Amino acid sequence: MSNSTENVQNEPFARVIKRAELSAGKTTLLRLSAVLLSLIAGGVFIACVGQNPFVIYGTILSGAFRSMMAFQGTIKLMIPLLISSLGVTLAFKMKFWNIGAEGQIIFGATCATFFALFCSGMNHVLLIIVMFLAGFIGGGLWGLIPAIFKVKYGTNETLFTLMLNYIALHIVSYLRDGPWMDPESQGFPKIARFDKNASLDKLCGIQFGWLIALILVIFVFVYLKFCKQGYEISVVGESQDTARYAGMNVKKIVLRTMFLSGGICGMAGMIQATGSDITLTTSVAGGVGFTAIIVAWLAQLNPFSILIVSFLFSVLEKGSSVVQSNFGLSTDCADVLQGIILFFILGCEFFVRYRFVFRNKVPKFNKKEMEG
Amino acid sequence: MKKLVSLLTVSAMVISLCACGGTKTEEPAETTETAVEETAQEADASTEATEETGAAAGVMPAIAKEDIKVGVIHITDPAEGSGYTYTHDLGIQGMQKNLGLNDSQIVRKNNVSDSDATAIENAMRECVEEGCNIIFATSWGFMDTCEALAEEFPDVIFSHGTGYKSNGTNFNNYFGRIYQARYLAGIAAGLKTESNKLGYVAAMGQENSEVTGGINAFAMGAYSVNPDCEVYVKVTNSWFDPEGETQAAQALVDLGCDVIAQHCDTPNPQTVAEQNGVWGVGYNSDMSKDAPGAVLTSVMWDWSVYYTQAVQSVIDGSWTGENYFGGMADGLVDIAPLSDLCAEGTQEAVDAARKQITEEGFNVFDGVIETNDGSTVGAEGSTLSDADITGSMNWYFKNVVVK
Repeated sequence: MSNSTENVQNEPFARVIKRAELSAGKTTLLRLSAVLLSLIAGGVFIACVGQNPFVIYGTILSGAFRSMMAFQGTIKLMIPLLISSLGVTLAFKMKFWNIGAEGQIIFGATCATFFALFCSGMNHVLLIIVMFLAGFIGGGLWGLIPAIFKVKYGTNETLFTLMLNYIALHIVSYLRDGPWMDPESQGFPKIARFDKNASLDKLCGIQFGWLIALILVIFVFVYLKFCKQGYEISVVGESQDTARYAGMNVKKIVLRTMFLSGGICGMAGMIQATGSDITLTTSVAGGVGFTAIIVAWLAQLNPFSILIVSFLFSVLEKGSSVVQSNFGLSTDCADVLQGIILFFILGCEFFVRYRFVFRNKVPKFNKKEMEG
Repeated sequence: MKKLVSLLTVSAMVISLCACGGTKTEEPAETTETAVEETAQEADASTEATEETGAAAGVMPAIAKEDIKVGVIHITDPAEGSGYTYTHDLGIQGMQKNLGLNDSQIVRKNNVSDSDATAIENAMRECVEEGCNIIFATSWGFMDTCEALAEEFPDVIFSHGTGYKSNGTNFNNYFGRIYQARYLAGIAAGLKTESNKLGYVAAMGQENSEVTGGINAFAMGAYSVNPDCEVYVKVTNSWFDPEGETQAAQALVDLGCDVIAQHCDTPNPQTVAEQNGVWGVGYNSDMSKDAPGAVLTSVMWDWSVYYTQAVQSVIDGSWTGENYFGGMADGLVDIAPLSDLCAEGTQEAVDAARKQITEEGFNVFDGVIETNDGSTVGAEGSTLSDADITGSMNWYFKNVVVK
């Protein structure tokens, strides 16, 4: 037994090494193949539960697009997802791990609901503007709290924002069961449906939140790319020391960005409550705040990619609901399908950055790597 | 053109209904006589539907059986095999069988959360999109969305279970005299108890007439055979809360209750009863299959009675938009066959009470009723009105104790 074989045998079967930057074309190819693979794996799953994968995929698409009403439904699902993805993007660009979008959505919606319930007699345009501001400020404050603690005491923002989600949620439960309970509901805990005057108008058959969302896509893009403040965000994100060295007020930037990030999420909540739900419920965020994190990262924090990714997510969600009723496939199956697709697409990001090296190829390569 | 024809038919029916001077009180027919005749003639000439329906004229056009599509919005999944949604789905299946509809004529939307207004609306819109003519929304929380969409889609019928809103045309409300069955269940429980403490897991508190009325009927049934027993009530504040229902049932057992009745969706209270070696009274479906060692009987719905009648009336064009409130005589509510666990003589007592209800006009809430805060409700020689039973039953019978 020679020395070298022994060495090789001690090597693990496969190792992970970092890749050199891949070309844009190769990266795209890798991502596309991930999508394809996920569809195949999802297809195998569908086949396992006894359905024809092609029919199911077809139904997902037709379920999301088959009629104007279906398309409107898809867009309605997209609006809060798109807006809150844009919101968390601002924080993520700064490497501030805001996983509290859920809470910011809820609290923004709650603040706006106050005006919807108690000032519904106000002039319609004025009321809508006030509710937008309330949603923005409410969500902003909910984002500002962890930022203040982070800046002052160095608390962990991941945990802090996460915990605030539950506080916001239970504030809604409290209001729903107590002070804001619909007096006509005979004890059923719910908040009354808003007055027509306090609900968002429709534009092309869908609440006009979609227009706000599109405007925000452009706003966030311009803000991050062409504004001084946006530039500051990315510098702070790359290195706080560098930012400080360059004379930036890091604390101020963190606070400002988190207020903006939370504020945009809060607007998503306000739009969901007054445009789609027309009431405030505990599922006003409904997990959107968490999905937004996935969307933002899948889209590499690029606002236009976020638009596309959140649209695709909404297609999947809308289509799955039709699959459920057409084929009696439980909604849990749809979740499994979504999970499979996400798994592959997120997994592919790993291969964009790393690759495996297998044992039999190792010796020659290994040496080079070591020396290099 | 087709739309115009159906529109004319609808208006003709509405007008003829009003002109007949039927049961409807709103909308006195103030249209001029000539207009009525004109429209009626046109409609007659273009369709046969009006002729067929004859006297039982409805407010919606008749729809041929092959063109009927029924949407169902479920709060959970019928596949659970027990409880609320399962029972409603059995009703839908029964209706499908009774009327001979195809599977493709039923569109089910399962697991639609009653607190997610957007999900509710999406589910209903998908039903409309797939061509449903009538949508049954089985849970209380779907009510406001039904109301809004009924306005947006006047051609589609929204039939909402358990709530209180309706619009008299394409949005009605259906429920039943479940309290009659609960009275019978109360008899079985009252005869069985040894500790003279009956437990009751309630979804909602005193403000909710449906739940409170059920508790009262159960308590009155028990009182009728065992004046010493008390009914301990625990409220979960949710229609569907598996964990909360389990805890409430356990707390009642710990208080010494030896029969656990329930007004909530899951069979968990019955399982808890079985685990603790006490007895129980199930709800919605026959829960003796969930807890065979505990269940005396179950308070049951047979929703197919209503669903069949409702869809049939749409086919006939005799849909009136009236609210539905069926009872034991209609076969909508009853209790499951008594199990062997019941005390001796239960069958006889139950049969006697059933006869009183179905044949002798006994309506549970008859005469003067003493409440648990020392006051009285009702008057000698009369019975509570349906409006009182469904809308303002906010008192508890004298042997009820809220825990």
